Amino acid sequence: MTKLAGYRRPYPGTQPNYLLPSYVSSMKRAPAKPLIYLPHTLSEATGPVFGKESVDVKASDLTRQHSGAPLGERIVVSGRVLDEDGRPVPSTLVEIWQANAAGRYLHSRDQHNAPVDPNFTGCGHALTDSEGRYRFVTIRPGEYPWGNHHNAWRPAHIHFSLFGPAFATRLVTQMYFPGDPLIPFDPIFNCTADEKARDRLISLFDWESTIPSEALGYRFDIVLSGREATPMET
Amino acid sequence: MILRATTSQTVGPFFSIGLSRLKRDDLVGAGAIGERVTIAGRMLDGDGEPVPDGLIETWQANAQGRYAHPEDDQIKSLERGFMGFGRIMTDDNGGFRFTTIKPGPVPGPGGKTQAPHIAVSVFARGLEKRLVTRIYFPDEPANSRDFVLGLVESARRKTLIAKKVAGESAALEWNVILQGPGETVFFDCGL
Repeated sequence: MTKLAGYRRPYPGTQPNYLLPSYVSSMKRAPAKPLIYLPHTLSEATGPVFGKESVDVKASDLTRQHSGAPLGERIVVSGRVLDEDGRPVPSTLVEIWQANAAGRYLHSRDQHNAPVDPNFTGCGHALTDSEGRYRFVTIRPGEYPWGNHHNAWRPAHIHFSLFGPAFATRLVTQMYFPGDPLIPFDPIFNCTADEKARDRLISLFDWESTIPSEALGYRFDIVLSGREATPMET
Repeated sequence: MILRATTSQTVGPFFSIGLSRLKRDDLVGAGAIGERVTIAGRMLDGDGEPVPDGLIETWQANAQGRYAHPEDDQIKSLERGFMGFGRIMTDDNGGFRFTTIKPGPVPGPGGKTQAPHIAVSVFARGLEKRLVTRIYFPDEPANSRDFVLGLVESARRKTLIAKKVAGESAALEWNVILQGPGETVFFDCGL
């Protein structure tokens, strides 16, 4: 076995704690005991590889999954997946899901009194290209109320799930929209100490990806854990 | 390092919309060599209440101890189509069930092999970041020499080792206790 390098640990303050008193659902689900530090072994330095055969190229356009067009403002969400050294992460699976334009998820447990859109499921996926780029066409999701505290509202957001090259690089996150007035009040967004880290969850309005007369563009770059320079002792 | 990894955010309660396409409760696929075993259990919160909106992902080697990944360069055979990835969602009672094969031993630190195990990520509403744990197998002599199990105080090691189900030869039980008495051992794996 040749020596493998592990993946870097997060910079302090840039990742959430499990126990977050302002996020009520964390109170009974966060572990009470300290985590045990796990040195990365071959089990963590490898991970599932999804190839072109596991991807439907049409799945990156969430506005064309039904017979009609979904309601709402059509947008392009694109960006790059990079590692902490700025290197692109090619051919990695990106999965997204979101509410419809009225702030309603197509899910049996979503009881929000807003209409379901028969032309919008709210799920998509894509593989990044050789430069780590991905691109989705979708509609801008609506804000919606939730039960965390009195008059709690989630800012508009899109859920992102990424694998990267290894078990150690798995990441699930949420992308927000610039200028959303609900962002500063959202306990899920405000989960980390580092303000710059939080702000990186907010996409940038992007003229370059805008389609004239069709869709506004938002750019969201995602960074996965980088590689340690020193190989693990294997 | 010029960039910092993106902050993790919870999967929320509605992840099945985006993630059920890759649901796999057969972790290794039909062509995998090895003895089939079913692993079932429940995900419970700190009050012992079921977690009906939990997600478990698994990653494992084949029966030889080979991962389906380009960086595993061991001279061991790999069945065509073997992947070793599973994704299972909990049901209304917090229950989950999957079938797999016991993986072989894989390399570990110091030139020693690790006991057969499955790497596990746990996601749920309320968890802003995944929890990482492992499933080990009962009656496995290599468990006593396993480097990772050795990092865990002995009283808590049993939370990582699946239990045999009485009267069933190919069934194991393994639970995810997120918090409180019997809390599952979770690892700091980075992100």
